[in-house]
Amino acid sequence: MDFGRISRRHLLQGSAALALGSTLGIRGAAAAETTVGFIYVGSRDDYGYNQAHAQGAAAVKKLPGIKVVEEEKVPETDAVEKTIESMVNLDGATLLFPTSFGYYNPHVVKMATKFPKLHFEHCGGLWTDKDPKNAGSYFGYIDEAQYISGIVAGYSTKSGKLGFVAAKPIPQVLRNINAFTLGARLANPKATTQVIFTGDWSMPVKEAEATNSLIDQGVDVLTCHVDGPKTMVENAARRGAMVCGYHVNQSPLAPKAYLTGAEWNWEALYPKFVKMIVAGEPIPNFYRGGLKEEIVKVSPYGEMVSAEARKHADNVKAKFMSGEYTIFKGPLVDNKGKTVIASGTDRGQQDPELEKMDYLVEGVIGATA
Amino acid sequence: MADASLGLWTVPLAVFGGAIRVSTPFLFVSLGECITERSGRINLGLEGTLVMGAMSAYGISYLSGSPWLGVLAAGITGALFGALHAGICSLPRVNDIAVGIALMLLGTGLAFFLGKPLIEPTAARLPAIDFGWWSDVPQLRAALRINVLFLIGVAIAPLLYWAFRTTRWGLLIRTAGESADAARAMGHSVLLIRLRATMVGGFLAGIGGSFLSLFYPGSWNEGLSSGQGITAVALVIFARWDPMLCLWASLAFGGAAALGPALQSVGITSGYHLFNAAPYILTLAIMIITCSPKRTLTGAPAELSITR
Repeated sequence: MDFGRISRRHLLQGSAALALGSTLGIRGAAAAETTVGFIYVGSRDDYGYNQAHAQGAAAVKKLPGIKVVEEEKVPETDAVEKTIESMVNLDGATLLFPTSFGYYNPHVVKMATKFPKLHFEHCGGLWTDKDPKNAGSYFGYIDEAQYISGIVAGYSTKSGKLGFVAAKPIPQVLRNINAFTLGARLANPKATTQVIFTGDWSMPVKEAEATNSLIDQGVDVLTCHVDGPKTMVENAARRGAMVCGYHVNQSPLAPKAYLTGAEWNWEALYPKFVKMIVAGEPIPNFYRGGLKEEIVKVSPYGEMVSAEARKHADNVKAKFMSGEYTIFKGPLVDNKGKTVIASGTDRGQQDPELEKMDYLVEGVIGATA
Repeated sequence: MADASLGLWTVPLAVFGGAIRVSTPFLFVSLGECITERSGRINLGLEGTLVMGAMSAYGISYLSGSPWLGVLAAGITGALFGALHAGICSLPRVNDIAVGIALMLLGTGLAFFLGKPLIEPTAARLPAIDFGWWSDVPQLRAALRINVLFLIGVAIAPLLYWAFRTTRWGLLIRTAGESADAARAMGHSVLLIRLRATMVGGFLAGIGGSFLSLFYPGSWNEGLSSGQGITAVALVIFARWDPMLCLWASLAFGGAAALGPALQSVGITSGYHLFNAAPYILTLAIMIITCSPKRTLTGAPAELSITR
């Protein structure tokens, strides 16, 4: 925990809140203003995962009667428990958003048990019946937005070769690679996606090398799944390739090269959650969704996206919005020729099988191990 | 499709391009450390200096709009860190390795703290010189877009080699490194020589950092160095404190760093973790091949705390 943050003023505030709490009860102290705490694993302005959450926090800040406290770079260790305790005891936070995957078990579960009256909303975790009822997990099916990116990329590529700079071959990443490829092959059945795994979430030199190698291979549209897409976006644009973004809108970094991108839409979800809690409505403990539920979104199209691509992408997007579209449906063959989803089987958005994905679909050049 | 791709030729090309793109920070840090260690002191803090240099270069370039001012600022920051290291080490019974580790943590921590507002903005970058104008192959042209800092680094290596052998101050640095008593007997202050050597070493390491943030990969973020500074310090040891060998070793490390992604891009996907670890395997292999229990490392300055 960052002890520098606990100033004397904070301590005074904290002790005042405690004194108030003991005389009026917690409810009395919280009635005037609800304090919401956001905890990030990395830096708030990384053009990536954490910035997406911080944009959500900024949207919450605009609500009347809501106070937001934030802390960045909290590691996925018991440091997060200390941060939560200080947000609860010193700032009087009653709703907490620990936004990194590794916070959930055991740290968030432990804190939710310790503070049964407070709400904990965790991003990415898998809430089960055994976990405390005041904790919940939410996540978005961003592969739907990747699928739309794929369609746009499929129309935009001239060489038919797409590139994907990925961190690690885990199910979430593979799902994005597969959705992107399936989308691209909808537009251009011969398109292939070359994937390069860098081995970790933040490896700028490796990401830049991967970007250059892909472009040397003739790849002309790139996307990625790493923590900070900035390196890939800037280096690809310098080499004259086009890019699809990830996490947040990176078009300010490369306005001429940016086609579209898969973004989180926390600025829609977080105010919704906060309003529900303030109004006393329950939030489902296991909350998931995609484009339709406004948890993910697609970046506005760049100038060079053709009318044909826009039309096709908008058409599929509309089908997602009405909930009638499935990305992963049989027959689906992986890139080793094995059928992974049998003909006639539809694996919808929420299918738990998809959370165990360990294959790359036909059209992806690369291997999971 | 076929005309745009080079197939398997991409791999040697990427290793060649990577040797040029990735090697520059290794080169500057190892040459700087070479000077410092030849004077009889080891500065492990260069990882911190590298990160600090990268951050200050990016910050100054962003604020002033001139990347060259950024490079200068990185060098000055590095020299100040060098002066701090030398200053602490000139106190009696101070261990230079321990101070180095402390400064490594200080440098990275301070850079992350001060660099927080710099992650988002985009600063002016250093220009590249196009040496590939004669070629029709776009891949080759891209690999030959070379930054002037790389050329300066390549020029410094033989210059240092020559300077250590033939110039007066080269001799002084070596004397301080081989026998402090001899240097003192000649009437020179060993501490002053080492202070200057460490400051010059820090200056070069800072410039190495500016290459990271201003040219390749070309933006400031906290994972930027991922241990390149510390690798470069190790590189000096197996380059036997010889500036020319530092140059070749840096090029080899740059090429090795490009190997993992390049092999994956042509479809050789098995064991990419192993290829990604190529630079480290290379270090280990060279260390094992060249070490011997019977003698100390050849070329090691006798005053160095790791050999003494």
